[in-house]
Amino acid sequence: MTAWLSRRTNARLALAGLTIVCAAAAGCGASIYEVPVETPIPAKLDVSPFQRVLVAGFVAGGADDIDTNQETVRLLRSQLRSKSDLRVIDADVMQLNEVAQEQNKAAVNDTSTGDGLSVKTSDSNGVTALPQKIKDEKDLEPYDRLFANTAYWKRIGEEYQNPLIVTGSVLFTPRSSSGLVTRETEVYDGLGRRRVIPQRIYMERKGFMLKPKFVFIDGRTGATIYSETRREEVLYNAQQETPALSSYFELMDRIVPDFLGALSTQKIKGTRVLIK
Amino acid sequence: MHCSVRYSDFDPVMKIHCVPLLLIAAFSLSTATAMADSRDEARSQVDFGINVAQRGLWREAIYRWEKAVELDPKYAAAYNDLAIAYEHEGQLEKARKAYDKALELDPNNTQIRQNYDLFKEINDRVAQQKDKR
Repeated sequence: MTAWLSRRTNARLALAGLTIVCAAAAGCGASIYEVPVETPIPAKLDVSPFQRVLVAGFVAGGADDIDTNQETVRLLRSQLRSKSDLRVIDADVMQLNEVAQEQNKAAVNDTSTGDGLSVKTSDSNGVTALPQKIKDEKDLEPYDRLFANTAYWKRIGEEYQNPLIVTGSVLFTPRSSSGLVTRETEVYDGLGRRRVIPQRIYMERKGFMLKPKFVFIDGRTGATIYSETRREEVLYNAQQETPALSSYFELMDRIVPDFLGALSTQKIKGTRVLIK
Repeated sequence: MHCSVRYSDFDPVMKIHCVPLLLIAAFSLSTATAMADSRDEARSQVDFGINVAQRGLWREAIYRWEKAVELDPKYAAAYNDLAIAYEHEGQLEKARKAYDKALELDPNNTQIRQNYDLFKEINDRVAQQKDKR
C-alpha cells in the first residue's frame, strides 16, 4: 500500500515538474516584445500659407440648453492652441445665425446693394426665407449659403490680416429611442464561477445627437477650401439624467481628433509586436 | 592492424571524377557556413534593433533591421520589425511593402498578421483622406 502511494506521489511530482519545465520553456522561448507606436497621419489640408487661424463662429441649432456656438468656438480654439502650430486669433465669437438673417433680409429688401452679401434664389420672392429657429437638419440647410458668400468672408479675412477661417454649423438635438438592446450580464453558476453572457432587453433610451459641419475658408480669397461633416450620437438609460453640456463634450471628444487632423499631423497611438 | 588509403592509391579515372566532386562539396560547405554566419549576424542585428526600439531609438532600429534583411532576405521577423519601425516614422508605403514581404515569407504567423491588420486600418484611413483631397 505504501509502495503504491509512493509511486502515485512520484508520478504527480513528475507531472508537476514537467508542467513547470514546459511553462519555463514557453516563457524563455517567447521572443516577442510588445511596443507602443505612434503613427503620424499627415494633415488633410495644406495650411502652410497660413500662420494664423480664426475660429469665427458657427450657425447653431437644436437644443436651447447650451450655447452651442459659444461652446464650439471655445473648445476648438483651445484645442488648436495646444495641438496645432497655427496662432489662434482671440476675437469675439461671431453670431452667424444673425449674420445670415441680416444678409437674407438685405437680399429681400434690395438684391442690388452691390456689397455682394445678397443671395438670389429662384423662388417667387427672389430670395428664400431662413427659418428663425433651427430645429433640425432641414432648417439648417438654407444657412449653407452664408459659407458660399466669398465677398463676406474675404472682408472678414481682410479685417484679421488674411488668416485661415474656421466656421460652419453645429446641430445639437435631443434624441430618444426604444427597442431591444444587447447588454452583457454577469451570471454565477452553482460553483460560484462568474460568466458574462449577452442578453437582449427592451430599453427606452434618451440622449443627444451632434452634427457639426466644419468649413475651412481661405481668408485671402473668401473661398471655401475644405469642408467636413460629422455626426455622432449618444443614448443613455431613460432614467439617467445626463446634463446636455456633458453629453455635448462627450460627443465633441469623438469629433475633435478628426477636426484637428484637417489642420495638423496627428499621431495615432497603438501597440505592435516585435519578433526575434 | 593499421589500414590507410592514400590518394595515390586511387586509379586515375576515379581521380578525375573525384576532384570536381570534392571541389563542389568544399564549395557547398563554405557557402553553407557563410549563410549560417549571415543568418547569425542578421539575428544579432534584429536583437540589437529590438533593444534600441524599446528605448525609443526607432531610426537606429530601422538601420539595424534594414541590415538584417540585407543579410538574410528570408528573415520574416526582421521584415515585420522593419515594417513597425517604418509605421512609427510615418513611412506608410515602405511599411506596407515590408509587411507584405513578412507575410509572404511567413503567411501563418499570427503576430505578423495582427500587426498588419492594425496597420491596414490606419493606412486605409490615410488613403481615404488622400482620395477626398
